[in-house]
Amino acid sequence: MSKLTYETEVEVKNPEGVHMRPAMLFVDLANTFASDITVSNGDISIDAKSIMQMTMLAATHGTRLKIHAEGPDAQEAVKSLGALVDNRFIINGDSATVSGKEG
Amino acid sequence: MKLADIVCFDAIIPQLESKERDSVIFELTESLCKKKKFKKVNPKALADAVIKRENEASTGIGKGVAVPHVKHDAVTEPVAVLGCSSEGIDFSSLDKQPVYSVFLLLSPLSDPDKHLQAMETIFKNLQKDDFRRFLRQAQGRDDIIEAIKDADDSSLE
Repeated sequence: MSKLTYETEVEVKNPEGVHMRPAMLFVDLANTFASDITVSNGDISIDAKSIMQMTMLAATHGTRLKIHAEGPDAQEAVKSLGALVDNRFIINGDSATVSGKEG
Repeated sequence: MKLADIVCFDAIIPQLESKERDSVIFELTESLCKKKKFKKVNPKALADAVIKRENEASTGIGKGVAVPHVKHDAVTEPVAVLGCSSEGIDFSSLDKQPVYSVFLLLSPLSDPDKHLQAMETIFKNLQKDDFRRFLRQAQGRDDIIEAIKDADDSSLE
């Protein structure tokens, strides 16, 4: 079976950047896919299924992230994760970043 | 950014007295407030803000570590304090395991990028098995400070 590989590039649009709660949303979503998923900020490439590693990206507002997936559901994974970042980490109207005070 | 730039060494608690999450957080903010003269804020208010954030989503991300944090206008630069517990604390961690090392981080309200950089520094180091092990084996503040400095040095390599 050939390995499916997909990739997309998205920009972090929420002013707070990818702090812990959006990172957690991202990791939770990544873990719903069977594919191997990595995220790169240009400097480092990390495992999208690890919250520790996601936090290490320190993706600030305006950072461009490359999402790369390999596996049976790679296309869907890249699409969903890209949309999450593009949508400022808002799922069904709930934002991880709306509260101004807490990180 | 280095750990040594963020962590207030004098406020480190080598052996936390508290066994409960909320009292651990207060113990840490109290220790920090004794060493850093924050304006307009007391340890209780800081602890309450951290606990409020913690209740929204646990910062116990597994591997025996937790990083409770809050953005607060008491600080203009990220400031962290570290507390260790040999017994372990229930932080409602993702892996349901007790927490032995607690990094409490306060970040400036007005600079989200600094907060992300501080978190990156802390997690980059907590990711290292050696660093977590050294923190757990530390016999006192000097051991912890040495572990932090070693971790900073190894990050530069």
